Amino acid sequence: MGEVVADLTVREIARAAETVLGQPVVLTPATDIARDLAVDSLALMNIVMELEDKFDLSIPLDRMALVQTVGDLASLIDELRTKA
Amino acid sequence: MGLLQKHLGQLEAYSGIRRAGADPFQVAFDAVLSPTEGLINGKRVILLGTNNYLGLTFDQESVEASVEAVRRWGTGTTGSRIANGSYGAHTQLEQSLASFYGRKHAMVFTTGYQANLGVLSALVGRGDHLILDADSHASIYDGARLGHAEVIRFRHNDPEDLYKRLRRLEGQPGDRLIVVEGIYSMMGDVAPLREMVEVKKETGAYLLVDEAHSMGVLGEKGRGLAEAAGVEEDVDFIVGTFSKSLGAIGGFCVSDADDFDILRVVSRPYMFTASLPPAVVASTLKSLEKVEADGALRAQLMANAERLHAGLNALGFTTGPKASPIVAVVMPDLPTALSMWNGLLAGGVYLNLALPPATPNNRPLLRSSVSAAHTPEQIDEVLAIFEWVGREFGVLPSLDQRAAG
Repeated sequence: MGEVVADLTVREIARAAETVLGQPVVLTPATDIARDLAVDSLALMNIVMELEDKFDLSIPLDRMALVQTVGDLASLIDELRTKA
Repeated sequence: MGLLQKHLGQLEAYSGIRRAGADPFQVAFDAVLSPTEGLINGKRVILLGTNNYLGLTFDQESVEASVEAVRRWGTGTTGSRIANGSYGAHTQLEQSLASFYGRKHAMVFTTGYQANLGVLSALVGRGDHLILDADSHASIYDGARLGHAEVIRFRHNDPEDLYKRLRRLEGQPGDRLIVVEGIYSMMGDVAPLREMVEVKKETGAYLLVDEAHSMGVLGEKGRGLAEAAGVEEDVDFIVGTFSKSLGAIGGFCVSDADDFDILRVVSRPYMFTASLPPAVVASTLKSLEKVEADGALRAQLMANAERLHAGLNALGFTTGPKASPIVAVVMPDLPTALSMWNGLLAGGVYLNLALPPATPNNRPLLRSSVSAAHTPEQIDEVLAIFEWVGREFGVLPSLDQRAAG
């Protein structure tokens, strides 16, 4: 069940990244956001903003410090959703 | 392999920029001739990127006040105010700022950057919520990181989006502080402050306005956007700088908050920095008097801004929607922005090349800032050079193409 949720979250991250970057994005939980997606700090914050609206939750930027991969981001979102 | 290896990406990008011509981040002036003219490689250029909104850097009285202060009090304070004490002028400047804004309290910082660091990090901490406009200046983002509050961004200048994000925090403990800017430094656009105040009231948040680019520029008395929008009573904290309209360096915060002075012993960027040198404080005091007394400077500034903004739009350049002392021309891509910037400099116009991610919507900008000290003839000269360079690099259609079309 947890994995299914994570897969859906990863798909939403891809969609948010496509919206912000304006191009098709292929990613997996292992994708390194800065290195593989070539996403700068501003674009990443904009992706987070899209995800906040998609999931109707708050993702505080200070929580992003430990996020390196798409999987990290998906776990953070799933954790915040469980708490909400 | 060295420690700087991690910046290889930036190094390559920077090298590319430098290969295109002059280095936009290391422009060196042989001389600064006036608030609006400088000398670069022996060539006279019009200064159109200095944030010197009122042109007070060479104001005779401010210069004399500085000279007298440096003779009487020396070149520097050599330490922070909590360790080395305050000079009379530090306290006097704080009193003058409080009185200018009609507030109970004022506190002066050594730079505007540090004012945001020092205020934001001390006002909200762990468990509190800092709600920032997405296009906030780097000093606001850095202040947010220093304070350990939970940081949420809202879409630029969008009160409804702000409201939505505050609603999501309902039920969570902790204070909320909304941070907006009077005039945004890249595009020169203004926050819809009245609507923001409504959101603040409905959600029980506090509101801080950074008037760095709007102090001395907006409002009948030059107090900034809060004055111009008629909402000063609803703004809890105002932060600003001396390095733009006041022509010096330094930052400040004013407020009516009880126990405000506790910030002096909890705000690390205030406590652990040497205080402003006496000469800087003296010219700032004098320039603040001018801002208060001389509304004509503001009228001249806005007239110049409108002349530049209307002229650029008439030529066919893309700028922000409204005239403001910051007029940014949107460039289609980096190579064009570099060619245009170098062409303008060679033609005798110095302005700022602003690149993503410091710019909104990932677009390079040619950012200009107008001064009350510019003459209409200088603005017209700038427009003529912009037109020539714009046609040269294909941002504007060439005259032949226009005739054919």
